[in-house]
Amino acid sequence: MPRFLSLVRIDEQSLPEDTPFPEDFLQRMGALMEEITKAGVMLDTAGLLRTSEGTRVTWSGGKLSYTDGPFTETKEVVGGYALLQAKDKAEALEWTKRFLEIHPEEWTVGVELRQIAEG
Amino acid sequence: MTPAQTVETVYRIESARIIAGVARIVRDVGIAEELAQDALVAALEQWPRSGIPDNPAAWLMTTARNRAVDLVRRKETYARKLAEVGRTLEDVPPPAEPAAPDDIDDDVLRLVFTACHPVLGAEARMALTLRLVGGLTTQEIARAFLTSEPTVAQRIVRAKRALAKAGVPFEVPYGAAREARLASVLEVIYLVFNEGYSATAGDDLVRPALCEDALRLARVLAALMPDEGEVHGLAALLEFQASRIGARTGPDGEPVLLADQNRAKWNRMLIRRGFEAVGRAGTGPYSLQAAIAGCHARAVRYEDTDWKTIAALYGRLVRLVPSPVVELNRAVAVSMAEGPEAALPLVDALVADPALRAYHLLPSVRGDLLERLGRRAEARAEFERAASLTRNARERELLLGRARSGGWP
Repeated sequence: MPRFLSLVRIDEQSLPEDTPFPEDFLQRMGALMEEITKAGVMLDTAGLLRTSEGTRVTWSGGKLSYTDGPFTETKEVVGGYALLQAKDKAEALEWTKRFLEIHPEEWTVGVELRQIAEG
Repeated sequence: MTPAQTVETVYRIESARIIAGVARIVRDVGIAEELAQDALVAALEQWPRSGIPDNPAAWLMTTARNRAVDLVRRKETYARKLAEVGRTLEDVPPPAEPAAPDDIDDDVLRLVFTACHPVLGAEARMALTLRLVGGLTTQEIARAFLTSEPTVAQRIVRAKRALAKAGVPFEVPYGAAREARLASVLEVIYLVFNEGYSATAGDDLVRPALCEDALRLARVLAALMPDEGEVHGLAALLEFQASRIGARTGPDGEPVLLADQNRAKWNRMLIRRGFEAVGRAGTGPYSLQAAIAGCHARAVRYEDTDWKTIAALYGRLVRLVPSPVVELNRAVAVSMAEGPEAALPLVDALVADPALRAYHLLPSVRGDLLERLGRRAEARAEFERAASLTRNARERELLLGRARSGGWP
């Protein structure tokens, strides 16, 4: 059963620093997480702090360079991840679809679903 | 994805819930699966034409339930259906109302307990559970158990009939029966895992797909029964065992012993999940085995293994479930904690046990102890005997190699 890393991408510029998530959204998210867990599919998931807390470290030309966040040059940054184990990609995509559909309509959220190399 | 692919995928995700929700109404898992399949066929016919509904899972569930309610209302047809599987209308309680969404989990649990009912043999329980709860096709089950599709199909049909004939109610038992029935559920998941983990026949040592199916069942059960320590114990045990799958076989598929495994290949995430589950485990046999597996997982190097604790845990386990196989494992732990001379009498005491007469690991362990005591010729005879007893080709090679070299492979 393949495993998939689901990278959740958000435009953090459009999400003001201190907006609380709508209550009904949190409820829907909680219910869905429980459902994915009860299906035996969810292995691990977490949200990430804003890129202003992050640092990029690059190795290039034999030198290290450090870039502190926020990372504004890309519109969408990884805001969270989930590690799923599903029978195939179609199943992982179905859960991904359900995950995206519970978000408020005015939000833009993307998921990059990547299969994990085994072996 | 084409509508047909969407139907198939949604059905596979939802099938256990749908079958469970329908079984609550018709009181028979065999009939319930038929009705769930009918809903699948209806979706395959309609969705390509009318488009995929907003909530495909709910569509399938509602369609299957409506068919169930219709069937029950048409008393004559319902009675005939029941007769086909060997039930009579008299011994079926009036069907329950369709469950509220929150009750679906309870229905899935009822489905698990029904499919794992001890009235069925181990093979039937495994096949039925993988089919109804795990959502595997008959073909997938046949491939996993290295048997033919008709054999598995027949096994499942017979299992459904046996449940009906025995009048097994669609429920999770409470009170005195509960513990024994839960043990049967856990055993089924454990057996499925083991079938994949130590393939008893064939050329492959491990069939990871089957391990993963079992692990998924264990995770589902742990999520559905969060208060049952032994369920977490089983989940923890399987997470730990699965974490080592990548290290148990070498480049040519040959087995690699625990002592020789490259621990960098152990899956850290599964180990972490194992420890999380151990934290919720109880004191029963699976929880103890999980604690033992956790000791191995904790050791960064083989030399760091806490054999004293492992030997003590095996001591508790053998008191709880007296078994020569557990005693043999205890002997191995004792040999590591205190030396081979302390363990040899424990193994010698098992030689006469009829339960181990054909168990290749007994001469294999005994050969190992004799070798460590410098008794080479006796060790060789034991390894040869072990090689003649194993049904796994890979293991046979390893044992013959040890017999020839009189040393580690």
